[in-house]
Amino acid sequence: MRTVTLTKGVPDFREGQVSFDEDGHLERGDTPTVMNPNDEPALRASLQAKVRNGGTASVMSMGPPGYGDVLREAMESVYADDLYLLSDREMAAADTWATAITVATGIQNMDEEPDLVFAGFKTADGETGHTGPQTAWCLDWPLVTHVVALDVDTEAGTLRAKRLVEGDADEIETVEAPLPAFVVTDPEFEPSYRRAEHRLTHKDLREETRQRAGEHEDHMTVWDHSDLNLDPDFIGLDGSPTIVSGVDPIPKAPAERDATMVDPSDPEEMAGVVDEMSRFAGGD
Amino acid sequence: MTEHEHYEAVVVGAGPGGAAAAATLAANDVETLVLERGVDAGSKNVSGGLLFAEEDAPYTIGDLFPEFRDAASERPVTESYIHNVAGDKVHTIDLDRVHHEGTAWCDSVLRRRMDSWLAERVHELTRETGGGLLTEVRANGLLRENGEIVGVTCDELDPIRADVVVAADGVNSELARDAGLMDYAEPDEYFQGVKAVVDLPDGAIEERFDVPEGKGASHLFAGDLFDGVRGGGFLYTNEDTLSIGTVFHLDSLAEERAEPHELLDSLLTHPLLAQWVDGDDDEVEYSAKLVPDSKRAAHPSPHEDRLLLVGDAAGQMQAQGPIIKGMNHAVSAGGLAAEAFVESRTRGNVTAGELYEQKLHREGVMDDLRPTRYRASSAVTEHDAVERLTDAVVDSPLGRVGLRALEGTVQRLFNSPFVLGTIPDTKTSYVTIPRVLAEELGERIEGESDVEPPSLADRIGDLTYDTDIGNPHIEVVDESYEASGTAVTACPVSAEGFGGGCYRSETVQSNGDEERVVSLDTQPCVECGTCAVVAETDWEHPRGGKGVEFREG
Ligand SMILES: Cc1cc2nc3c(=O)[nH]c(=O)nc-3n(C[C@H](O)[C@H](O)[C@H](O)COP(=O)(O)OP(=O)(O)OC[C@H]3O[C@@H](n4cnc5c(N)ncnc54)[C@H](O)[C@@H]3O)c2cc1C
Ligand code: SF4
Repeated sequence: MRTVTLTKGVPDFREGQVSFDEDGHLERGDTPTVMNPNDEPALRASLQAKVRNGGTASVMSMGPPGYGDVLREAMESVYADDLYLLSDREMAAADTWATAITVATGIQNMDEEPDLVFAGFKTADGETGHTGPQTAWCLDWPLVTHVVALDVDTEAGTLRAKRLVEGDADEIETVEAPLPAFVVTDPEFEPSYRRAEHRLTHKDLREETRQRAGEHEDHMTVWDHSDLNLDPDFIGLDGSPTIVSGVDPIPKAPAERDATMVDPSDPEEMAGVVDEMSRFAGGD
Repeated sequence: MTEHEHYEAVVVGAGPGGAAAAATLAANDVETLVLERGVDAGSKNVSGGLLFAEEDAPYTIGDLFPEFRDAASERPVTESYIHNVAGDKVHTIDLDRVHHEGTAWCDSVLRRRMDSWLAERVHELTRETGGGLLTEVRANGLLRENGEIVGVTCDELDPIRADVVVAADGVNSELARDAGLMDYAEPDEYFQGVKAVVDLPDGAIEERFDVPEGKGASHLFAGDLFDGVRGGGFLYTNEDTLSIGTVFHLDSLAEERAEPHELLDSLLTHPLLAQWVDGDDDEVEYSAKLVPDSKRAAHPSPHEDRLLLVGDAAGQMQAQGPIIKGMNHAVSAGGLAAEAFVESRTRGNVTAGELYEQKLHREGVMDDLRPTRYRASSAVTEHDAVERLTDAVVDSPLGRVGLRALEGTVQRLFNSPFVLGTIPDTKTSYVTIPRVLAEELGERIEGESDVEPPSLADRIGDLTYDTDIGNPHIEVVDESYEASGTAVTACPVSAEGFGGGCYRSETVQSNGDEERVVSLDTQPCVECGTCAVVAETDWEHPRGGKGVEFREG
């Protein structure tokens, strides 16, 4: 079986990593790029497929050459066999639609058609959640979203997935789809390895991949728009129907009260705190 | 449903017993799967620990893993002493002879390092056979078909069938219990071991113990430093740490309502230890585990259908007086169990279990574990009336004269494996004789200890846990103080009046009556097994990877 997982580099939004300019715009250059956290469940699903059903796992991303590091990270977590980077100035500043066309073409351009494509729920930067479904539409494949558990039957050529109905954790349905199919994993996705054999394979792959990730560039294919035979008018900024009319920074809520600093080791100061708080202790 | 997965052999537990069994099975091309519940082999295990390689043992860890001593042990221990203590008077006996007699080598070990190293080798060896070693998998019972044991069930995996199941899952083996071979009911079949690992500065071991570069020492302690609880203390030198601990008969600990951590503190702060440990040395880990007493607990026929019990799971832990030998016997038994299975496949007319039992006897393992002589002598000496009498005699002026006169002989007696193996489990041997020896023949220790052991709360706080929230592995079946109150003191991470431990006692009002009950919070549990024996509980290990994680062990 062959799977492809789509991943994206996003700004590291964690405290202390991300920088904004005076107007509240993200400073891309100063903010490190990391793998989109929501792609992790997709990578786990792809690893599960590789461990349980065998075959190869590929990871694909569209982005600048610097995304190589993000792909290496993905390779380590999914024990991927090979990496694909769709990278070209013409592809830059794409919206979800132009991205979907590019990525779908990338998938079709692979030597062998994959059986499964995995994508994360949404990216940490755009937050639209559109790219996955639009890519499935471009491929004209069945699409299963909000997947929390997955079983693939390679002989029958089908998948069986548990998914959250309307993304609601209280309602889970089981669906079946023919392969090839496009799967969007939910952040709640849990891989399942109930056979010792699976866990042993998992361990083997970990060893193998440790080596491969060290020389990940040897396993990476970079395609530009001409490799994919894509018309620049349909990709990148030119191919993006979305117009961003403006970005409003969310204003910080102004503090209503002044904070008082208390030294917790000073019993007198602490007594003051207790006095203040005991007024509320009655529940009123 | 898909068919059950099948392996020729499944070994449960990756301690010394499991490692030896798996390595021997793999050497005989048996497809072997090893299941270990810890995040890493060794992360659940505690020993003193001196690992002995005995000359007449059928298997030693060094035979099975030639690089073991270089890669995974701490120091060759070449000196051994026992200190008999009465207050600040100490009478020291050199155990040189008994330490070396019949011993090819003896190394100190820390279990996290030792077992995780072994597990890597075992994985490589068993992977070649189509099996391998998995951590974070807990076997939770036996798979049966038509009433016969045919494999194991696990928390994390679907049931697995096997032609042989080697239960090397240690003391409180859930598989042995499921098979009805062990019941964990009798406190007098167990010791409780408690240990602190103390970090020393570079070079301190050679300096403070006056041992040659890279060599180590063993010091054992007996006498009146443990409030009359039957048992003793130990101190072993590791590469750059010390293992200091206590081992007590569980029945005595329970009866005396002693607090294990306080008994350990008595040892740590005794002036005798001031020459080796000072107040600046950091205690890096506190740990505890039950230790079966083979004289009473070793199962004479440790097998059932395809299930063979090995090591602590079978009660094969020998206390040769104060010298504790469990790991070496687990290795021997693991090797013999594997050998028995391999032979049974070619012979056909005899089961692996029967062959294993025969081998344990023929190789002399069973005789070390359950000496016939002990059974004869203990029947008399452990009788209460006899014990009180001998105790009084030893302590009387006459007895004291006798012991003084024996000075030269005492050294010989303590160095006799024969005598050590038959020492009755009475207060006389553990407390009175050592105390009277120290009083009559000992020397006063000068100086004081400036060691301030951490509080129980700090000891718990320093441990690493991955708590299985909402899924406690132990449940108290009878909450009354009569049934389960002993656990409040005997649990090594609980204490009367301490709210941060596992067991607490409290008084509740019911219908105008006051009732004393116990409550349990398993979060600080170190999985020692004590409350499985001394309290009314439903006792299981946590599922794979959960619970406490020892870094030293
Ligand atoms: C304080 C103390 C001091 C000691 N001193 C010494 C000494 O100096 N010398 C000596 O030789 N012996 C000593 N011992 C005894 C020695 O530690 C044991 O006898 C020895 O570890 C037994 O080995 P084993 O392989 O049978 O079991 P263990 O070493 O206990 O290994 C059992 C393994 O099985 C795993 N396991 C348990 N249940 C399951 C399950 N359900 N599923 C999967 N895995 C499971 C455990 O995590 C563990 O890794 C001491 C013990 C203590 C507590
Ligand atoms: S709760 Fe029981 S098993 Fe856990 S540490 Fe206490 S006595 Fe040991």
